[in-house]
Amino acid sequence: MMERYMTVPFGEKEATGLKSGDYVYLTGTIYTARDAAHKRMYEALQKGEELPFDLKDNLIYYMGPSPAREGRPIGSAGPTTASRMDKYAPALLDLGLRGMIGKGKRSDAVKEAIVRNKAVYFAAVGGAGALLSKSILHSEVIAYDDLGTEAIRKLEVKDFPVIVVIDPEGNNLYETAIAAYREE
Amino acid sequence: MRTVRTEQITENIREMCIEANHFLTGDMTEALDRAGESEKSPLGKQILQQLQENLQIAGEDMIPICQDTGMAVVFVEIGQDVHIEGGLLEDAIQEGVRRGYTEGFLRKSVVKDPLIRENTKDNTPAVIHYTITAGDKLRLTLAPKGFGSENMSRIFMLKPADGIEGVKNAILTAVKDAGPNACPPMVVGVGIGGTFEKCALMAKQALTRPVNEHSSIPYVKEMEEELLERINKTGIGPGGLGGSTTALAVNINTFPTHIAGLPVAVNICCHVNRHAVREI
Repeated sequence: MMERYMTVPFGEKEATGLKSGDYVYLTGTIYTARDAAHKRMYEALQKGEELPFDLKDNLIYYMGPSPAREGRPIGSAGPTTASRMDKYAPALLDLGLRGMIGKGKRSDAVKEAIVRNKAVYFAAVGGAGALLSKSILHSEVIAYDDLGTEAIRKLEVKDFPVIVVIDPEGNNLYETAIAAYREE
Repeated sequence: MRTVRTEQITENIREMCIEANHFLTGDMTEALDRAGESEKSPLGKQILQQLQENLQIAGEDMIPICQDTGMAVVFVEIGQDVHIEGGLLEDAIQEGVRRGYTEGFLRKSVVKDPLIRENTKDNTPAVIHYTITAGDKLRLTLAPKGFGSENMSRIFMLKPADGIEGVKNAILTAVKDAGPNACPPMVVGVGIGGTFEKCALMAKQALTRPVNEHSSIPYVKEMEEELLERINKTGIGPGGLGGSTTALAVNINTFPTHIAGLPVAVNICCHVNRHAVREI
């Protein structure tokens, strides 16, 4: 397990240096989108419309926060299950998305799109939303405001802790790590 | 006959929504402490430490433990000598959930229609289960249920011939399929017997039993212990990233069933197994 500090967005060169199992602290800008926002982005693409932000080299965090208390940038802010976005993820990766932060398993189609595009799938610790919110310095809704918690947010993060699950070579930590501790 | 005012019910439900989403019960925090000590994987240990830190921040800064503050499930046990005044009980509970989620900065995660999917913006309606009991007290259990783990829950309509091995395999199958998606370490609530819906309800209720308490039926207790051990050998581990802590407890409830059936429901909950209980 290697610890790394990275700035986001990042390009193909930085992505290919990542290995499944690396513990990474991210600093920079990331975007949130979950079920409803993905559906809208997907429909926008089908109609040939522009997306609310440039996907190139960016990361999408699958997250819908709880409301922020006064004086705070955001409420609880942990990852949601990534597999619900599997239907939409390959198209976004093919358009330049560098990676995703979520939790849980991905489909073969997503894994193939990750390898094809030298992208990465990170996991943040599910159910640690209060802790993770401390690494978010600023949050701003940039699209689909009417979706409430599911709106697209631009987040400024500092040392946001994630773990590389699927690396650009297609290694999958969920498979290797679980097999390593299986005692059946 | 004892009178309970609906205003009192609303206020209790409001407080319970906020309490359950920021503080775990003592049995859950103790189970997480013990897991932190016994976990074999270094990364697993680190994740369990993060969960401890997360609980501390949640309580001190009043930030919900998890951003998915759930759909509110309420169990209402009404003593038959209680008289409720001041309006409908159902309305009082829904109003408590509305206030709790709005005033408590909790996420509104409920959509009005399963297919049209427009957010109700106040997290209502709650799912409410009523039981009539003896006495003159009203007992409320509020369990906000997150859907990362709810989505991994299963029901199996087994055959009587499948027997106890069939039941164990069904539970293990559900847990293995859930894997990292259900935010392990999980709590596994199981219902065995009854009918299709009774079995699912028992599985949900089993999640509200303290994780350090076993079933009072000897063979069920043995099954709980054996399954916990076997689940923790699957290797799934904290966060699904490998390790020896996949579940904190397996809680099984049983009920008589039909000569032709053996229903088994597995309701999986993440490590944020939340509930608040009050008696009015």
